[in-house]
Amino acid sequence: MTEFYDKLEEDFRNSFEPPSPPDEKIQPWTDTKIVGKPLQRVDAYERVSGKAEYTYDVILPDMVYGAILRCPHAHAIVKNIDTSAAEKMPGVVGLITGKSNGADIPWYSVGYGGGPMQSKLFDPHCRYQGEEVAAVAAMTPYQAYDALKAIKPEYEVLPFVIEPDEALKPDAPKIFEAGNSTGKPMPSQRGSVEKGFAEADVVLEETFTTSVQMHAALEAHGSVVKWDGDKITIWDSTQGVYDACMLSFARTMKMPNNNVRVICRYVGGAFGAKLELGKYTVMAALLARKSGRPVKLMLPREDTMLAVGNRPITRMTVKAGVKKDGTLTALQLTSVYSPGAYSSGAMTGFLFQELYKCPNVMVTESGVYTNVGRARAFRAPGFPTAAWALEQMMDMLAGKINMDPVELRLKNFTEVSQSRGMPYTSAGLKDCLTEGAKRFGWKKSQAAKKEAGHIKRGVGMAAGLWMMGSGGPPYTAEVRMFADGGVTLKTGAMDLGTGTKTVACMVAAEELGVPLENIRILNADTAITPYASSSGGSMTLASLVPAVRRGAWIVRRQIMDWAAEALGVSADDLEIRKDTVVSRSNPDKKRTLEQLFRAKGVMDVIAIGNREPNPANKVVMPFSAQFAEVEVNTKTGAVKVLRLLSADDSGRVGNLKTYENQVYGGMLQCLGYGLFEKRVMDRKTGKMCNPNLNDYKVPGALDIPVNLDVAPVDLKDSECNNVGCKGIGEPCHVPTAAAIANAIHDAIGVRLTNSPMDNRIILELLSKQKRG
Amino acid sequence: MPDHPDKKDPASHEGLSRRGFLSSVSAGAVVAVSLKSAPEAPAQEINATGKPVTISLLVNSSTRKVLVEPRWTLAYVLREVLGLTGTKIGCERGECGACTVLIDGKPRYSCMTLAVEAEGHAITTVEGLLVNDQLGPVQQAFAEEDAFQCGFCTPGQIMAVEGLLRTNPNPTFDQIRTGVSGNLCRCGTYKNIFNAAAKAAELRKQKGGAL
Repeated sequence: MTEFYDKLEEDFRNSFEPPSPPDEKIQPWTDTKIVGKPLQRVDAYERVSGKAEYTYDVILPDMVYGAILRCPHAHAIVKNIDTSAAEKMPGVVGLITGKSNGADIPWYSVGYGGGPMQSKLFDPHCRYQGEEVAAVAAMTPYQAYDALKAIKPEYEVLPFVIEPDEALKPDAPKIFEAGNSTGKPMPSQRGSVEKGFAEADVVLEETFTTSVQMHAALEAHGSVVKWDGDKITIWDSTQGVYDACMLSFARTMKMPNNNVRVICRYVGGAFGAKLELGKYTVMAALLARKSGRPVKLMLPREDTMLAVGNRPITRMTVKAGVKKDGTLTALQLTSVYSPGAYSSGAMTGFLFQELYKCPNVMVTESGVYTNVGRARAFRAPGFPTAAWALEQMMDMLAGKINMDPVELRLKNFTEVSQSRGMPYTSAGLKDCLTEGAKRFGWKKSQAAKKEAGHIKRGVGMAAGLWMMGSGGPPYTAEVRMFADGGVTLKTGAMDLGTGTKTVACMVAAEELGVPLENIRILNADTAITPYASSSGGSMTLASLVPAVRRGAWIVRRQIMDWAAEALGVSADDLEIRKDTVVSRSNPDKKRTLEQLFRAKGVMDVIAIGNREPNPANKVVMPFSAQFAEVEVNTKTGAVKVLRLLSADDSGRVGNLKTYENQVYGGMLQCLGYGLFEKRVMDRKTGKMCNPNLNDYKVPGALDIPVNLDVAPVDLKDSECNNVGCKGIGEPCHVPTAAAIANAIHDAIGVRLTNSPMDNRIILELLSKQKRG
Repeated sequence: MPDHPDKKDPASHEGLSRRGFLSSVSAGAVVAVSLKSAPEAPAQEINATGKPVTISLLVNSSTRKVLVEPRWTLAYVLREVLGLTGTKIGCERGECGACTVLIDGKPRYSCMTLAVEAEGHAITTVEGLLVNDQLGPVQQAFAEEDAFQCGFCTPGQIMAVEGLLRTNPNPTFDQIRTGVSGNLCRCGTYKNIFNAAAKAAELRKQKGGAL
């Protein structure tokens, strides 16, 4: 009997003693059996059967529903709130305002990482239409919204300002005591633009503007929360269970991290708007405390349009100098944006500093507060906006010096990061341009005769890159192999619909030599899965899968060492085939995993794979070049995009199917940005006119070109990480609007500097062109 | 059943008339005085919602008796009362199509249908397309063609395609496009959705038109 317990103790010890991580460098794959193939997603069944559980779908016993009362004015002070009638409404179980216990919480920090706080969870000074005033919980959402109508706030309505230019005037209504500027503009200069302009044969200057684009993820922001004493479980529609929710919630509520569990297995779209802790999460937690019940608080569509993010409005003045041979001599960007009522970045400068070889670059960005909903990160923040200006300017320069637009870009191609002065691990822009042009039939399309009637055809192209596609540590994945060859992966990473989970499983299967169906993945639950930073910045795949490969590699090495010892052959001669370790040189020499595990007294082998650091003296960067063909109806101004092609250097393709799918989406969202997406503000009231999906137009099935083509460029980057992949979600979203604008110019000779390219503006410009 | 429009206006992205409308509604003057925003009516009048009624809903071939308020939408009752959360809510005003279900075989926005209106009609949700626990042909086609990204609009897209194929088993490409034009996909997966619909038509034929 004691032997039995001794054995158990030994087994127990063995199974929890992690294999020591070897410090060997993992060699890049030369060819792959699974990675890169177009495979069906591992969670396809859940997503098409209706069984995938999104935050919105969580239903708990005794759960009640939360709703938020928002300020209807663009600028107002809440003088008083009468909640007495609302609290007596049928079904109401909790009501909170800024005066409630625990609700006096600072909110909205200036800049990133602990800047001063600008506001509160419920700020009596409401700086935009949609600012939070009170929240209720009731037995049904209908009763919660009844109760909102019965809350009686008393507002002192203040003068407002919604236009950035007006907000800078001295007599403009003050949004903050210190004024409406977000800070003194800090020009950043490399070389001397004055010298560069002097050297140029041609200098052009143009001003470009972009409108506010809404994220419009189909699943609204929201949370379901449940307290168990001093511990809370939060289901949140988020891009990061750790950084965006657990850690920031714990910090905000002054709780130990360990008492906060956050789960988000499925998220119904995010696009950058779910990278930060929501006020709704904290309000749900306060309401759940007050009512003693779990609370579900999902925002209505209108609330998401008013209060939880957008891509900010910008005005960019660009001055550029070029020699007759196409050499860029100087680039100057002066960019003004409005983050809305609270601090948020613009990031329009980096593309100018990085995309092309140019010794003289000057960037000046400044922001101004206005009484409108605050901006948040939106898919490649600043980059589609900057490309709108820079890539149209490149087209204008090409036209002026009679050079092909692709040639001009190739002429200024660089293998060295211009902003950091270090070489790229792989510089695929050249191949994106040449391969893209070839596959699109660029020369042929350009030469094709333009139609004589009122329908004019044109082609255009644009390039881009994205500054954060390298991924990096800290990022961990747990790999656990059972004796039957089954493998469980655990990661805190999200799968926003990008196919992350599938590629992670493919990488594990590739490394371990087991079939894909052997791998099961559990993700995004802080109580179960190891740390991963938020899914944003196109960093998830390139952060996660090298960690997965490292973990799988450790597991495989451990098993190979056991097998080598048992079989008397070198570990290098061994491979796993399904559930058996086999000698390559002598296939008769083999052991099942079951045999190997039993001999060592373990039931499973577990390893933690850590993401290795990025190379020290090189820059990892994904690139994109896109091509568009359009038709413009010169009688109506209507634009029809006939086809789009995206050539992307994002390193090794993880799964061709999900890769292509993501690139289609990147192009179409940016097509929307260029052609019809626009937040419309009412100048008389400062309110949003189109806070819904009918009046705010996102691309639909009939609005898009069917001819979408994707051309991956893979330079076999062996330095970026052990899988060789770089981010794809954002670079493929950068150039599209500019490429379409350039195609429209090619078709009708009109330069559209304001996005979106409304057909009325096209008609106006055409009639101006006619008048000469 | 009211015959509410399920399809978005194909030309709506032009936005001319809408934008024109928007610029003309800004007539209200800015009020710079203290005012009370809530209506003066007493609370109980606001809650004049009608007494709850018991109704029988025929959902995925099962009859379910539920006590509902007359104002509750079918989407709400399916999800929060019956627990059929495959049907999604994206806008609650008939704009996005995430809540699409079949009512008597036709695609309908369940957020624009009151539960009381759905009594006496056959309702099919995405869960109802499973054959035991196996994917139905449209679901299978969506899985194989990678016709989703985040997957939130997907049940609605699937139901739109299911409804289309029930009335038109051999749709043309344009009929497919129009058939799903009432369903938004913010991830931009339309190309694969069109392909999935075409493949679903094939799969249905192979399975002898089985649901």
